[in-house]
Amino acid sequence: MAMDVERSEYRQDMSFQPRANRIGMWLFLVSETFLFGAFLAARYYSTGTLRPEELNQALALFLTVVLLGSSVSAYLAETAIRFNHRRKFIIFTAVTIALGLLFLGGVVVELREAIHLFPPGTPYGSSYFMLIGLHAFHVVTGLIALSIVLRLGVMGHFSSKDYWGVEGVVKYWHFVDLAWVVIYPTLYLF
Amino acid sequence: MKYLVRAIVFGLVGYVSGVWLTLAVRGGDPTDEVAVVFGFILALLGWLAGIGGLEAFGRQWIGKTPKLSEDHTWRRYFQFSGDHKVIGIQYGVTLFAVLLIGGLVSMIMRIELAAPGMSIVDLEEFNKLMSMHGILMIAVAVAGIIGAFGNYLIPIQIGAADMAFPRLNALSFWLVPPVAIGLLSAPLLGSFDAGWTAYAPLSVTNDSGQILFNLALIAFGLSSILGGLNILVTVITMRAPGMTWGRLPIFTWAGFATALLTFSVTQFFAGALTLITMDRVAGTNFFGPEVGTGILYQHIFWFYSHPAVYIMVLPGLGVVLELVTTFSRKPLFAYKTTVGALLTIVGLSVVVWGHHMFTSGMADFLHGPFMILTEAISIPTGVIFLSIMGTLWQGKLWFRAPLIMTFGWLFNFMIGGITGIFLADVATDIYLHDTYFVVAHFHYTIVGGAIFALLAAFFYWFPKVTGRMYNDKLGSIFAVWVTVAFNFTFMPLFWVGINGMNRRVGDYPEAYAAANKFASISAFILGASFLLFVGNMLWSAVKGPKAGANPWNARTLEWQVSSPPSHHNFLSQPVIVGHPYDYGGDGSPHVIFPDAEEPPDEVSLEEASV
Repeated sequence: MAMDVERSEYRQDMSFQPRANRIGMWLFLVSETFLFGAFLAARYYSTGTLRPEELNQALALFLTVVLLGSSVSAYLAETAIRFNHRRKFIIFTAVTIALGLLFLGGVVVELREAIHLFPPGTPYGSSYFMLIGLHAFHVVTGLIALSIVLRLGVMGHFSSKDYWGVEGVVKYWHFVDLAWVVIYPTLYLF
Repeated sequence: MKYLVRAIVFGLVGYVSGVWLTLAVRGGDPTDEVAVVFGFILALLGWLAGIGGLEAFGRQWIGKTPKLSEDHTWRRYFQFSGDHKVIGIQYGVTLFAVLLIGGLVSMIMRIELAAPGMSIVDLEEFNKLMSMHGILMIAVAVAGIIGAFGNYLIPIQIGAADMAFPRLNALSFWLVPPVAIGLLSAPLLGSFDAGWTAYAPLSVTNDSGQILFNLALIAFGLSSILGGLNILVTVITMRAPGMTWGRLPIFTWAGFATALLTFSVTQFFAGALTLITMDRVAGTNFFGPEVGTGILYQHIFWFYSHPAVYIMVLPGLGVVLELVTTFSRKPLFAYKTTVGALLTIVGLSVVVWGHHMFTSGMADFLHGPFMILTEAISIPTGVIFLSIMGTLWQGKLWFRAPLIMTFGWLFNFMIGGITGIFLADVATDIYLHDTYFVVAHFHYTIVGGAIFALLAAFFYWFPKVTGRMYNDKLGSIFAVWVTVAFNFTFMPLFWVGINGMNRRVGDYPEAYAAANKFASISAFILGASFLLFVGNMLWSAVKGPKAGANPWNARTLEWQVSSPPSHHNFLSQPVIVGHPYDYGGDGSPHVIFPDAEEPPDEVSLEEASV
């Protein structure tokens, strides 16, 4: 096929890119909402609001506080880089990662208890492991992204003019947090 | 080719190490489903890294500038290229190959169905063939037009140099080959026999090929989601100056409407398949007989898969609307109402999924609402039909292969729409459900609505993509041939369906023998027609006469640039000054290039009314 194309010097004005990035991220989060929605629907359809009494309420409440706290530090990190405070940015990103790891550790403890109390084969256990697992997967990907951002920040990337990498990851982290705010009452409170 | 080889090597290494790691941790057999799951995931990552993901994404993660393929030779079709035109062609060729494979599978099915009793396969093998045919063709219908032509045309039609996220676009294409490989290698693990719908609980207990089906389709869902997201952002942010929403070409509108569905509801398909996968490998029990329920699967599945038929058909509507206005040399009839109808379809399509479940044990009180909502969707669809008719009405019709294909489309889609009413209606559906009536209806809407439009689009945009003209005489013969053969194949199936012949079964009573024999012979004639099509296209791509920039005298932007378009589509910034479909009017231009060295010829009144 005659596929060798004409080359041209014309380049489109790239000023649309920041707006495209933001809209793209928001649409991605909307799309993710549908995924969580599917699993939440499965939980309510198959078991309603039924939940066992043996749930470790204290641990779950603690994890909620940890994750909400990490969202605050993520927000502070983003704000810091927007004002070019690199030291603060690095500290708060590191704090976010530490809180995320603490949350993950708590989830592991929680799952080790749960596997004996309500194994995945039971009606509640199926939804429980599915939702916690899906959310933990998002926490892990968020932590990987945060670590990349932290390393790049230490290397001297990002500034008040160019902080999309931070902003995108922090938006994602807020979403992960928000997802937990729905999953936690679904599994523990209702 | 270096990257392709690297991708294959990385993929194989990924698969082997995934399986090996699983065996090392928990022991067992390499064909265990858990091992296959981890093998597939690592193979997919390895493949994506190898084909160019390392350079396109990995470099950024370590603080370097990301790189995409900069090749300008034919090799770029085998590389991680961000150029939307390259990706469009990659999609088109890959999915057409899948279409031909799916067609061959259906030929085997029609040989089996030509006479009652089992001849070349047994009942179980027939189910596996049926499932394979189903899912391959669904994949083609879902991504065919939007992946190939959406990627190629939408940026040009809105006056943009590329998509908003070129790397993401490349990623969403390079997810497709592993999907095809995963599906086609499922027979190694015993294939899957639960149909393309993969209804639980059968899909939780059947052979291990089902796990490859699940994994491949989850990857395909990811590809759809990323592709849809990209189209949305591109249309929202990258329109050329003057390209208001009211001047957007109708194909772009249809692509936008499709993308609204793909980027959101596809997650439910991925979710449903993940639940099945977890039931199979992780010990959860959503659909098992003791505590779970198959109805849950159907709800989640159809929440995606009903909108999915609009993901298949909406781009087809866009193509047809685009074609009728060009080939009747008239403005598009009721442009704004048509756009409204497209968006209404998007809204309604997510609240009608229950009509697939009238006989499956869904709560009774849901039957009425789902019936009414389903029938309501025929209103916007009818509006679009009226727009097509109004455009054709008293137009100066120019009978070329694309228009003949469009007439075939019109007839088929009309039959598909009318027969749909009986399936939307609870009373008749209870009788017709699970018969060949459903098969015939579905093929009339999807083959008639999506694949015919895909073929018409191949004809219409062939000169733009290759720079050469196909042979229109052979193309017209093909268009008539495929329309007649298609109708002869599927029309008898309505009759056997009404008389009670069950779908998805390889055998049937003597009473349906004559109609099935007729359908089978017609199906072989239908299959043979594609030889003519492929031959015409391949020969013309190499030896066809040069087409020039605008062989159809069309007004939309893609025809105002060279064929094929230059690397960044335009030689200077286009400015949109008029409506794209003012054919036969005062010759007011749709687009001008203020910075161009020599202004391109405007479409004059005489030319526009050829």
